[in-house]
Amino acid sequence: MRAFATARILLVGLSVIVLASFLPLWATGYILGLLTLAYYFGVFAMAWDLLFGFAGEVNFGPTFLIGVGAYTAGILDNLYQPPIALCIAAGALAAVTAGVVLALPALRLHGPYFGLTTLVAVLILQNFVVVDAHLTGGEIGLTVPDVISISDATNYLIALWFMAVSGAILFWLSRSPVGLILQASGQDAVQAGALGFNVTKHKLAAFIISAFFSGLAGALLVFYLGSASVGTLVDITVSVQIIIAAVIGGRRTILGGVLGAVFLIAMSEALRPLGDLSNFVVFAMALVVVLLFPSGFFGLLTRTREQA
Amino acid sequence: MSTAEQRAHLEVSGLTKRFGGLVAVKGMSLAVGAGKILGLIGPNGSGKSTVMKLIMGIERPDAGSVRINGVEVAGWPSHRIARMGAGIVFQHSRPLHRQTVLENITLALLPDKLMQLFADPQTDVRARAIAARVGLSGVLDRRPATLPFADLRKIEIAKAIARDPQVLLIDEPFAGLTAKETAAFSELICELRDDGRAVLLVDHNVKSVARMVDRVIAMYVGERIAEGSADEVMRDETVRRVYLGGSLETAARPESSFRDAATPFLAVDNVSVHYGKAQALDNVSIHIHAGEFVSVVGLNGAGKTTLFNTISGLLPYSGEIRREGASLRGHSAAAIARGGIVQCSEGRDLFVYMSVRENLDLGGQHLPTAERAEQIAWLFDLFPVLNARQKQAAGTLSGGEQQMLTIARALMMKPKLLMLDEPTLGLAPVILEQISKALERLRQTTAITVLLAEQNVTFALPHADRVYVIEHARIVWEGEPAKFAAEMGTGYL
Repeated sequence: MRAFATARILLVGLSVIVLASFLPLWATGYILGLLTLAYYFGVFAMAWDLLFGFAGEVNFGPTFLIGVGAYTAGILDNLYQPPIALCIAAGALAAVTAGVVLALPALRLHGPYFGLTTLVAVLILQNFVVVDAHLTGGEIGLTVPDVISISDATNYLIALWFMAVSGAILFWLSRSPVGLILQASGQDAVQAGALGFNVTKHKLAAFIISAFFSGLAGALLVFYLGSASVGTLVDITVSVQIIIAAVIGGRRTILGGVLGAVFLIAMSEALRPLGDLSNFVVFAMALVVVLLFPSGFFGLLTRTREQA
Repeated sequence: MSTAEQRAHLEVSGLTKRFGGLVAVKGMSLAVGAGKILGLIGPNGSGKSTVMKLIMGIERPDAGSVRINGVEVAGWPSHRIARMGAGIVFQHSRPLHRQTVLENITLALLPDKLMQLFADPQTDVRARAIAARVGLSGVLDRRPATLPFADLRKIEIAKAIARDPQVLLIDEPFAGLTAKETAAFSELICELRDDGRAVLLVDHNVKSVARMVDRVIAMYVGERIAEGSADEVMRDETVRRVYLGGSLETAARPESSFRDAATPFLAVDNVSVHYGKAQALDNVSIHIHAGEFVSVVGLNGAGKTTLFNTISGLLPYSGEIRREGASLRGHSAAAIARGGIVQCSEGRDLFVYMSVRENLDLGGQHLPTAERAEQIAWLFDLFPVLNARQKQAAGTLSGGEQQMLTIARALMMKPKLLMLDEPTLGLAPVILEQISKALERLRQTTAITVLLAEQNVTFALPHADRVYVIEHARIVWEGEPAKFAAEMGTGYL
């Protein structure tokens, strides 16, 4: 039964991705650009959900991992101009390393303290970027000499399929035997330990996977935007947006993060005429969704389909 | 598992654990051989559950040795101890709620590896076999939340035996089970013993485990006080003193001795409460005079807690509740509590991370400083153990001490009417006696009014001036405690 549900969700997901692949045939470059951004944000949100929804650890600083990946790739390109693929790989690797360095001590702490540690990590990174301006571009931002492509359609398709592959891997992981152990470790570490599972090992693995996808997406984003700045990649506000996207999309669903990210970006675009008020309205709507539908969009969708 | 001839066994010696200044376990030793059951009994707070956690590595011992099959495992993390062949059945069921019963059992069968991306079909077969053995075959695809309590316990035991442990620790195996379920559970535990496992049963009473155990060790405040066969331990003088304590004299005051006969302090008239379609209270009428101690006796689910919650203003009701003649309808729960009607709920609701002192200070927040200090001093005199534990976090107290703290915190609010909901729940007799004595002192030295809900009749009667019996949402009897035994029959005694 469960395997059937998993297969059905993957099938529906694949159909949506294939349909979305035809969007460049008629959509404007502007819309494609927005969606490209939304897809990268979707990956951020999915990677975050693996940690929160499954390992049970609230990472308040997803942008720490994203920022390390993005800036590593960007700085490397600025200094030595190696092939872009190498920069991106280095970014992902750096995010994983930074993740391990952060998680090893942080996982010794429990509950809110883990979250606080991750929050402080973002502030440290942010300060580093601002202070080390000759390397990072400081508050003005870092401009990279290369981009992957200048075609909106190509960028759009790369983001779409990157998101699809990341989503499939993360979703599959979450439903596999390791996903089950991870969920047990997150919900009741004492019991998981008594059943013979090394809880720290599994949580660390989840952190590494989350860091890998966050860093990879961050590095790709730099070579799409052609620049990296604290405001778009590192700031706490960005962390909060990722968390909101994952939660309104649906906690513990992985794929819900994509829905949440598309919703957030579409909404702030649709409400742009409101000016400064638009963020306020988006956050208020997110609050309503969290209060009324704690299982998020994805929970809502799968529930109605099960009832039908 | 490696060699069939190897005898599974558990050996513990000199095991010691301190929590702050409190020595929870002091130099405990025990041994269980293959195919044997050892009962570890003791009243609440005696340290028996801590011993089990120390063996399993959930808590780290401060000193002592734990050997599983001859291997020293003291101080190891619990996942390594589990892999050495120890398994634990927790008292409270802790399933994964979003997964089915089958998935919960499957979890326990998985190896501790990071690279299992596909489910092994053999795992599924084994999970189903284990489910069949414990009697869960019919509910494999259900979620735990939809299952009765006994099935949740079965999931716990299924998970524990999935690891094929040679040493099996079981915490309060029969808590909350009916007689029939208990019998089935005992049989299952005996089968596991017959497989050649070493079983450690932890429980409050010798009686409940007497028929299954080979030997029993009795604990009290962290130390072993007796060891032997179930009969020997039951006859042991120290054990009897710890469990049975001294007897109390009853001194019910006649209802005519209270001066507010016309308008009692609290009058509940024809009150009915519905939960959806279910009727939780059916035309209940009771009254309590100022200064009176009244017990409401009834089994689980009879409506005691509902009655208290209704009086506290937490539930909508039909009928009338009057305090000193004035209706309480329309008053918020907070207003009723501030007015002096204070409820100590069954769940205790302490702030577990705050110290004993902080919990008490919080209860007395509205009192002027001098008066608060005076009230605390009086409460420490009433419950001396709380004085000794002042700086300890409430969550680390034993069940009995938590109950005393709950009552003390309620008394900090200087209530006119104190409603105690099942204060004896899960407590051993020696603790009951301490709470008993405190209640008796309240009755004799203060003007406080007490409404006590209990299923434990031997606790409820000695303190009562008057008793109500509640059954299936109705009050079926009212009278003096002395007449209770004769008129209500043996159903409760």
